[in-house]
Amino acid sequence: MSEPSSLQGQAHAEPAEARAVLGQDPATPPVPSAEAGAKQPAPFLRRLANAIHHHPWMYAFILPGLAFFVLFHYVPLLGNVIAFQDYSPYLGVIGSRWVGLQNFAAIFRDPEIINAITNTLIISFLQLVFAFPAPIALAIFLNSLLSERIKRWIQTVVYLPHFLSWVIVIALWQQVLGGAGSLANGLSLLGIENVNLMSDPSFFKVLVVLQVIWKDVGWGTIIFFAAISTISAELYESAAVDGAGSWRRIWHVTLPGLLPVTVMLLILQLGNVLTVGFEQLLLQQPAVGAGAAQVIDTFVYYRGIAGGDWGVSTAVGLIKGVVGTVLVLGANRLAKRLGTDGLF
Amino acid sequence: MEKPSALVRIAKVVAIAIIVTLMLYPFAYVILASLTPPGETLRFGLIPSDWTLDAYRSVLAGRIIPRALMVSVGITVVGTVLSVGFTTMLAFGLTRTKDIPGSKGVLYVVLFTMLFGAGLIPNFILVKELGLLNSYWSLILPGLISAFNMLVVRNFFMQIPAELTDSARIDGASDRQVFVRIMLPLSKAVIAVIALFYAVGYWNAFFNALIYIQDTSKWPIQLVLNTYAVQGSPISSIENPNAAGSVTPHAIQMAIVVLATLPILCVYPFAQRFFTKGVLTGAIKG
Repeated sequence: MSEPSSLQGQAHAEPAEARAVLGQDPATPPVPSAEAGAKQPAPFLRRLANAIHHHPWMYAFILPGLAFFVLFHYVPLLGNVIAFQDYSPYLGVIGSRWVGLQNFAAIFRDPEIINAITNTLIISFLQLVFAFPAPIALAIFLNSLLSERIKRWIQTVVYLPHFLSWVIVIALWQQVLGGAGSLANGLSLLGIENVNLMSDPSFFKVLVVLQVIWKDVGWGTIIFFAAISTISAELYESAAVDGAGSWRRIWHVTLPGLLPVTVMLLILQLGNVLTVGFEQLLLQQPAVGAGAAQVIDTFVYYRGIAGGDWGVSTAVGLIKGVVGTVLVLGANRLAKRLGTDGLF
Repeated sequence: MEKPSALVRIAKVVAIAIIVTLMLYPFAYVILASLTPPGETLRFGLIPSDWTLDAYRSVLAGRIIPRALMVSVGITVVGTVLSVGFTTMLAFGLTRTKDIPGSKGVLYVVLFTMLFGAGLIPNFILVKELGLLNSYWSLILPGLISAFNMLVVRNFFMQIPAELTDSARIDGASDRQVFVRIMLPLSKAVIAVIALFYAVGYWNAFFNALIYIQDTSKWPIQLVLNTYAVQGSPISSIENPNAAGSVTPHAIQMAIVVLATLPILCVYPFAQRFFTKGVLTGAIKG
């Protein structure tokens, strides 16, 4: 939830403001060298040397951060070349044999990956339908409470699970829904034995979505609260004067007010269609089996890091990254064409 | 606005009760189960007639859990300090894209990483090639700066009125002095929020530790928790044979869950007021 909200934030503002937020003057093109060529007579390198001389600390502050992003984000990006190799850890990236598109061809002959993709898409779809709207509903409900104190107290409670690790969340859920948990104990009093919802493959996808809702529904409301607070009170008042009851006010004032934020989050969600809770799934796979719980990310992990099939698993990861980026860009385009601000 | 009808009010109270119960019941159950002595059984929220701290004594007297807790505390403290330091430095460095040539390019370098991630395997190979396997640094360095947190801080810095920094500069303050004496003190709220995000991230780190730390004696608490409380490895083998019999394995498991959750429960109320009001929503609204 935290990652999306950043992009969200810039997008929520008017486009010009959004660029100002990024520190980008609307008039100047983004690339520094182009800027130098177009407007200032001094070449970029001389201006750079001059600025380093006058502002050594600014560059000292930037340098470690830049080094971090290059080393831990861009070098691995290049590392994706092993998707085109028969990579062996002993030979390294330089020494391994190039195999062209062989790894990509192997993916589509693999029944396991088909299973992983199917599971991923089903879980993604369920999350889009059930987990995505849940924070909107909760935010509208909490907003309808008149007591600020109760509202804040409930917020404290519902934000909390967001900060727990998946290990803890699953440990907690096991105690409630697992084979020795409260639900099973309660049902056994009624004579129903051996209920274990945590290891039931047919219930698993529903379980995953319920867990996501439990963990993040509260945290997800933050952004909608921010959006609700920007809706002008006059709109509500004039709607009330026109005789609209509270449901009609939600329908005609609140929901339209939440639309821009919702579109943003939907775009981001689309970019994550192939990413479903990695740790959440990985932790529960031993209990329910790969048939129900294998998704693309866990496939990459089991094939690559655990199984040593580096080339194929990297190829899967690369395709996933490209598809995700294309989906975000495509959804953003579509949102703009439909008349909303889009994301960037 | 008009007062809602009695029916609506009752419905809201019921809804609140359901939401709060669903959120808090697992915590209550686990805490109660960790306090339950042998012979007592907890059924469906039934409070035990007797309670004991034996499970905690047993777990903390052993070797594995205290060590894992120490590892996690160390990684969390060192990681959070480094992350907050480098994140605020980079954020400050990128606040003046007009007079600092090249900094706008760096900003785009950072933004692009939010759009396209390299993927699991190349990251793993990089950490391996750097010789960081089995090193605690493998749990800190790959996530040292979050692009999102950096943008939140940068947004905050850019909302600080320029007059404040300008007058300091006229008085001869260096960029470093402006950063340390003006920007950081004015940004305590946003720093508290990202420090919380980083600290929670380090404390909760599971997958990185799973793939990077093969030496089980270096495992942080989440991995140990997974082994004993989620995957259910027999607990008696790890610890304290003296305690066997006086505590149930289940109470021990639950005590580990509580110990792993406790730091979050302790820090959370203090940090919580920052993100309901102000900083984060301010950043979100841009």
